[in-house]
Amino acid sequence: MSAASEVAGVRSVVFIEDDAQIRRFVKSALESEGWRVFEAVTLKQGLTTAATRQPDLVILDLGLPDGDGVEFITEFRGWSPVPVIVLSARAAEADKIAALDAGADDYLTKPFGVGELLARVRAAERRRAQGSGAKDSVYRFDDVCVDLAARTVEKNGAAVHLTRIEYRLLCVLIANAGRVLTHRQLLREVWGPTHGEDTHYLRVHMGRLRRKLETDPARPRFLLTETAVGYRLLG
Amino acid sequence: MPAEPTLRPDADEVLKRVQRAEAQAGRGRLRIYFGASAGVGKTYAMLVQAQKLAAGGRDVVVGIVETHGRTDTAMLLRGLEVHPLREIRYRDRTLGEFDLDGILARRPALVLVDELAHSNVPGSRHPKRWQDITELLSVGIDVFTTLNVQHLESLNDVVGGITGIRVWETVPDKVFDDADEVVLVDIPAEELIARLEAGKVYLPEQADRAASNFFRRGNLMALREIALRRTADRVEEDVQAYRSDRAISPVWKTEAAVLACIGPAAPDIGVARSAARLANQLAVPWHAIYVETPPLQRLPDIERERILKTLKLAESLGAKTAVLSAPSIVEAVIEYSRKHNLSKLVLGRPPKRWRPPWARRTHAEIGRLAPDIDVLEVGIAQGGDQHRAARAAFDLDGEPAKARRMRRYGYAAAACLLTALVAAPLRHHFDLANIVMLFLLAVVVSGVKWGRGPAVSAAFLSVALFDFLFVPPRLSFAVTDVQYLLTFAVMLIVALVTGQLAGGARFQARVAARREERARALYEFARELSGALLPEQVTDISDAALRRTFGSDVRIVLPDADDRLVVDDADAPFPIDAGIAQWAFDKAQAAGAGTDTLPGTDVLYVPLRAPMRTRGVLAIRAHREQLLLLPEQRQLLDTFATLTAIALERVHYIEVAQQALIQIESERLRNSLLAALSHDLRTPLAALVGLADVLQRQGETLPAATRELATAIRDSAMNMSALVNNMLDMARLQSGQVKLRLEWQPLEEVVGSALRETARLLADHHIEIAMPSDLPFARFDAALVERVLVNLLENAAKYTPRGATVRIAAEVAGNALTVTVSDDGPGVPAGQEEAIFEQFVRGEKESATPGVGLGLAICRAIVTAHRGHIVAANPPGGGARFTFTLPLEAMPAALDAPEDDGVEPAAAAPP
Repeated sequence: MSAASEVAGVRSVVFIEDDAQIRRFVKSALESEGWRVFEAVTLKQGLTTAATRQPDLVILDLGLPDGDGVEFITEFRGWSPVPVIVLSARAAEADKIAALDAGADDYLTKPFGVGELLARVRAAERRRAQGSGAKDSVYRFDDVCVDLAARTVEKNGAAVHLTRIEYRLLCVLIANAGRVLTHRQLLREVWGPTHGEDTHYLRVHMGRLRRKLETDPARPRFLLTETAVGYRLLG
Repeated sequence: MPAEPTLRPDADEVLKRVQRAEAQAGRGRLRIYFGASAGVGKTYAMLVQAQKLAAGGRDVVVGIVETHGRTDTAMLLRGLEVHPLREIRYRDRTLGEFDLDGILARRPALVLVDELAHSNVPGSRHPKRWQDITELLSVGIDVFTTLNVQHLESLNDVVGGITGIRVWETVPDKVFDDADEVVLVDIPAEELIARLEAGKVYLPEQADRAASNFFRRGNLMALREIALRRTADRVEEDVQAYRSDRAISPVWKTEAAVLACIGPAAPDIGVARSAARLANQLAVPWHAIYVETPPLQRLPDIERERILKTLKLAESLGAKTAVLSAPSIVEAVIEYSRKHNLSKLVLGRPPKRWRPPWARRTHAEIGRLAPDIDVLEVGIAQGGDQHRAARAAFDLDGEPAKARRMRRYGYAAAACLLTALVAAPLRHHFDLANIVMLFLLAVVVSGVKWGRGPAVSAAFLSVALFDFLFVPPRLSFAVTDVQYLLTFAVMLIVALVTGQLAGGARFQARVAARREERARALYEFARELSGALLPEQVTDISDAALRRTFGSDVRIVLPDADDRLVVDDADAPFPIDAGIAQWAFDKAQAAGAGTDTLPGTDVLYVPLRAPMRTRGVLAIRAHREQLLLLPEQRQLLDTFATLTAIALERVHYIEVAQQALIQIESERLRNSLLAALSHDLRTPLAALVGLADVLQRQGETLPAATRELATAIRDSAMNMSALVNNMLDMARLQSGQVKLRLEWQPLEEVVGSALRETARLLADHHIEIAMPSDLPFARFDAALVERVLVNLLENAAKYTPRGATVRIAAEVAGNALTVTVSDDGPGVPAGQEEAIFEQFVRGEKESATPGVGLGLAICRAIVTAHRGHIVAANPPGGGARFTFTLPLEAMPAALDAPEDDGVEPAAAAPP
């Protein structure tokens, strides 16, 4: 965290976007939430700004005039763990996956509402706060309570039996709560690097996990599917 | 077996056996009920076995069985399915014939086809029944059939010699030898005669008289012996095949291979048969060749044709055949047998006629030049007269050739007369010996220019003229001085020698010229083809080249996209039988004139076989059928066909490559265009939505009316965005370039995400979900199927009032997953159930409800791309119901997720 923001208690965000109108409303929305916004128009400028300003968050448009946003993420991740939220056009699932695999935390499809954007920003902030602060060993969502220290899962107060893989999957999701995890990331985390393409394994276990933890598995409220991309635990 | 036993089978032999087994795997099995003569009970035995198999549940059909009115045989037909005969009109009579196409369509496991040797009624697909049976076997239908020994090609003349009765319906030995099983049906001669006397043997009426001769005890015993021996030979082969399977001994003695030399004499058919029998007994391959020497070149066409037919017969008996052009039979034969490692020569005995004592007989000459080769001489059967008569009859027709020959003799005579005319005034100035020289010159010129015959006649004429005009006493033929006899003799010899030499040289030159002509024709053809870039160019070039080379009318027919030949007879030099052409194309086999398939037509259909597939059919109508029978002509034609086919294939792949290039280019263009559009349209929309949002969030500081305006702007922008999405998606789907990202996944996931996406729209609706929890995984593109569900849910939200119920159900129906989205709203307008899936069609025209009616069109495009289908209906209970299917395949076992160990997390080791 930069010294300036720490002193003033003001969080800063670098926003890289080539369209002036979008910059304008995003800036206005973020400032209304108390963020300090540093704007950048090109990828190069974005990298310089991110390096000099040491922000708490980066919001990035994938389609930049001087290059692909994925390049920014790859480079940025080389020296900063700060959350990155990606803005993208809807058609490009592959681009989204590439951005997420490169290290982005979340994505928003254009056009998006201000409310949506702010919700994602808050989630990222919360995650960052959790990451830096002492880890709470008990994680709750909905009526589910996961005690990471005791390694128990309860729903509505009743103990839920999870298999080893289901539990590991849940742990990975909790550790990244609010983030979109691609199929590949999840497979690598849970099964190891050799299972990068076996997405059906993941789907089978995810289905079982939902059945055990969600009230209505067809309309999940926390274990969400990001179609064709991956999963996210709403946090 | 004297040969040294080998422990391991020869690799080639094993490969051959594997190939044979493979070829047989898909083939039907042939069983032949084989007997010495009619009346031994072959049909009966066949039916008994068929009854047994049918009772055992086998799908047996009787294709054709001749009961000849015998009740015991007819009784055996009971309970069997008898396929009706095909009726063919032939010369105002309706004949029943075995229905090949009917059986092929019916496809039984086993079909009974009596009388293997039967000749089909003209107009059938194949001239012979055994060819029908070969086709049945090739599609995997088993066949039972019957055969008498005298109908076997190689035994035909032997049996004919014994019984004095020749049958014309024969079956190639190859069919008999390739049969999977041969069942010998045998009864003693006495019993057969008894049956004959009891009227139990069917005889055709016309054969009645001959039959009394045929069914003599001695004949029957001989026939029986032949049948037994032939069956034993076959059994021996089976044993050999078995032995080779078990690597006990090598089987193929190539060093003993047989060569049959076919000549113009009629008994050479016998040579071919004998060679076939010999090769069969020795289990060796055999060849049949015809060496065309200068004198043989001059044979009338009918003779050449017969030789070629003999070669074809040899081919059907399993020989490799060739026509060689050479000045000497002996040298050509020896060279050929050395090249092909053939150690046994079969020759016909030359007809008895006077020959000069110094002229060596062919086989003696072979014996002298190649002492290591066995020479077998085959005796002459009767029947030579018949052929001479035919030859005489033909000579009358051969008028043009005869006229040409007469003209040559005329020229020679004129040359002699001219010499006499020139020499007459010179006789006082020159010695008679020099005058003779002038005449000798005329003889030599005749020999060189017009051949041996004219030279000899010129010699005689010269001698006569010299004697008459110059030798005293002049103007008389009396010769006073004996020395002039020597002059005559020398002249005659000079005439013969020069004629012979010149004739040989001319023949060689002609052969060389013809060879060169062929090579040049092929070379030019290949060169011309190499420049062709369009299929039309290829067909035009080969059309012209074939016309030039063969002097015949040619047509090239190409298939359309569905592999149907496009036959258009307008402006064509001759009509094409589309059926035969298609057959030749489908089977990649030549058909029509000069082949075994439908030879009744005068057009030959040659498939254009290229390395990858058959590219079309070449139809050629020769002016003389003989042209198509000549092996070298057929080879040349096949070479032309192959060159054409390869050129067509090359042109095809040029086209494919160009298409691919264009496609890649246009795909790239379209993708970048769509990406640009999508980016450029969405960016301002995103700004619009965001700015309206910001305005709205000003909260209390703004008047309520302004906030409402902001909301309206936002909603319109969102609608606009949906529209843009739909149009872009439709553009992508319609271009046919959408690649499905098919993955195994549960439908539940996409239902969940689709509901989340439409949550805001459906906030005021009741949602019901009816999905069994054990729904199998299906293979689909998640993003696209989600789009279908979202579009259907959006539709439901759009066209139903608040508080309506929207129901999503899924179930397995057959081998498809059926997904239903239904509501209890007003339903689809009646009669519009199909039309609403069209682009830009909406349930209500010009309504205030936003959208341009692309949503359902996109749904259909996506579902169709998944090989499913989507329909709309108004169920009786009211509301609208949209149902789409996704094909279900069995998930590969390898993909099944492994169960994990199920250990309680608390008990597991810490991570």
